[in-house]
Amino acid sequence: MRRQLCLGLIVLWSAAAALAAPYIPASDAVVLERLSLRAADPRGGELRELRRQLAQQPGDAGLAVRLARRYFEEVAAEGDPRYIGYAEAALAPWWNLPDPPTEVRVMRAVLRQFNHGFDAARADLAAAVVQQPSNGEAWAWLAAIAMVQARYADARIACERVAALGSPLIGVACIAGVDSVTGRAGLAAQTLGEALQPSAPKASDASPPELLWALSRLAEIEDRRGEFAAAEAAYRRALSLGLVDGYLQAAYADFLLDRGRPAEVLVLLKERQRSDLLLLRLVLAAQATQAPEFAAWSTELAARFDAARQRGDTAHQKEESRFSLAVRGDKARALTLAGENFAVQREPADARVLLEAALAAGQPAAAGPALQWMAASGIESRILHSLAARLKGKP
Amino acid sequence: MTPCRALVALLLWLGMALPALAHKPSDSYLSLRVVGATVSGQWDIALRDLDHAIGLDADGNGEITWGELRARHGEIAAHALARLSVSADGAACTLRAGDQQVDQHTDGAYTVLPFTAECPLPPTQRLTLAYRLFADLDPQHRGLLRLEAAGLTQTAIFSPQAASQSFELKTASHWTQFISYVEEGVWHIWIGFDHILFLLSLLLPAVLVWQRPRWLPVADFRAAFIDVLKIVTSFTVAHSITLSLATLGLVSLPSRLVESAIAASVVVVALNNVFSWLHSRRWVAAFLFGLLHGFGFASVLIDLGLPQGTLALALVGFNLGVEAGQLAIVAAFLPLAYALRHTLFYRRGVLIGGSLLIALVAAIWLAERLFGFKLLPF
Repeated sequence: MRRQLCLGLIVLWSAAAALAAPYIPASDAVVLERLSLRAADPRGGELRELRRQLAQQPGDAGLAVRLARRYFEEVAAEGDPRYIGYAEAALAPWWNLPDPPTEVRVMRAVLRQFNHGFDAARADLAAAVVQQPSNGEAWAWLAAIAMVQARYADARIACERVAALGSPLIGVACIAGVDSVTGRAGLAAQTLGEALQPSAPKASDASPPELLWALSRLAEIEDRRGEFAAAEAAYRRALSLGLVDGYLQAAYADFLLDRGRPAEVLVLLKERQRSDLLLLRLVLAAQATQAPEFAAWSTELAARFDAARQRGDTAHQKEESRFSLAVRGDKARALTLAGENFAVQREPADARVLLEAALAAGQPAAAGPALQWMAASGIESRILHSLAARLKGKP
Repeated sequence: MTPCRALVALLLWLGMALPALAHKPSDSYLSLRVVGATVSGQWDIALRDLDHAIGLDADGNGEITWGELRARHGEIAAHALARLSVSADGAACTLRAGDQQVDQHTDGAYTVLPFTAECPLPPTQRLTLAYRLFADLDPQHRGLLRLEAAGLTQTAIFSPQAASQSFELKTASHWTQFISYVEEGVWHIWIGFDHILFLLSLLLPAVLVWQRPRWLPVADFRAAFIDVLKIVTSFTVAHSITLSLATLGLVSLPSRLVESAIAASVVVVALNNVFSWLHSRRWVAAFLFGLLHGFGFASVLIDLGLPQGTLALALVGFNLGVEAGQLAIVAAFLPLAYALRHTLFYRRGVLIGGSLLIALVAAIWLAERLFGFKLLPF
């Protein structure tokens, strides 16, 4: 009888689920949506005020860039890409101009690179530094894009300009980033480590966001070298600054997953599921610990990837490749995504995803671009070289 | 911001920005169905986007409640429909909004805006859509379209760069049209709760036999099956008759009267399970009330738009779809009820309790339909 009851309930429940559809909430008090920015907050209020001013003076480029920059900062704080579109709207009068004012041009490049329009962004930035060689912001973005595209000579030139124009700590970290992937990782770790000593003037003069950025670079360099204690110390010092930074949290979560400490990831990223990047780490950690949330989180993340695909978005390929491989067990799809991603972005993490997918699929030839990049750059990375050795060991 | 601070802020975001992480960029989900002469649509628009466009959070506390949303339904419909144009074979259609509901997508709550497009002529060759929602506020916004016409589904993505797009309405074969009417029939019995509850109320006692003063389980499956067969056949024959008569325009009744009478029929057959005055003559009730339900089905089919020249095709297809949906319900119900017939749970809980609940729901429908108000969400 219990079985029959159970069967009956299952039938009823599936009927109810099949009918799940648009609904009318039970009462006026039901909260449907929580906004990340309340009008009453200082941040929300500032944005509203800037928006109002710009509506009155739509041709004011300075105002438009200020609003776009504020929106872009929200992307970092909230991990919410809607603000990219809002920022683009603020620059609408100049968006399609061939030769907008320099400050607009730099901001336009920042927004374009976010959606992986790296070449268009680079053209804007190159034009900006011709017009204004002392524009440190433009040089910083040139360095960042050059790193993603694996153009290390260009990255070094840009970093040197950044070092000359901006904060000394950022300059050191920028150059160390280039050194660490071009065969000088030991030197890079040493130089950046010394600059970050609490007693060192470069560190003591730096602001918390500067420290966070430099510490994140140091942690990644040490992680790749296999200096795990030093890497962890740098991650923890960066986290202890108390700034919310999704990228740092994702990198530290990956570190913990690699070290076989998934339970700590669940604690670190508690309540951070809204970001796809962090939800991926939560799914992987829940899978490793057999946490009850695994099923719900992986369904949610799969739905988000589907939604992105529907709108023709390809910016999540690296994450989706890891998800396909680890959660779905879909090796062929993981390899396709990893390959397409590596054609656009060539950082160590991108190479790793491609190597892992090729290894799992038993298709060492598909890892060719990553192996060529490793040989050409001279990167030192314990994990990448161990994956490459396993790939080459295969017949 | 000084140049240096700007530089630092930017560098700080380097790692953050490049992998293009995120919640989700802004999308709306637009579905259009072209059936016969009618273009009906459903447009799911994120509350967050609407808040950015017209401001929904009236009290500024960062939370959008149903009350705050409901108060703005009129403005939302006006804002959205002013930014969508539909034209059929070159002639502009008029958009009319229906009552909005709420749904969830991966990034939060959306308003669900149903609408119809009234076109001067039924669309036969091509449908052209111009989509401008949020184009000025968020150039990254995309409208994801799903267009169903004559049994074929097309999809498209609208963006400021591709704001106006045309869709060929391929003339589907008779077979495809037929199948699409079968699907409509299945769908309308599936969402027609009054028909489902009517049928279930009649079927619930089929696995039992009335021996004063209580229901006892039937001895074998054959007895239950024959009872179900009689009821389903009578219902089918009856509603097929009136569905045909009404669709062919030979008989017509005011829809309010029909809808109210259908609700009343559910009350009667549900209460019969508690007081049992029909006994084994429930097939008679199935036939008589089935005539009424046929008028209900007909109004759905007429609303879908009746194709010129292929009326018989539509009628037969739709009716077969209704029967198929009905048989699926019976096939799910009968084995389960038969297996549970000995239990007190079935005889007391499902038969008596369930029937009383059905009678209550149907009584509320009756009142709603007679007096034109809305209490239940279905």
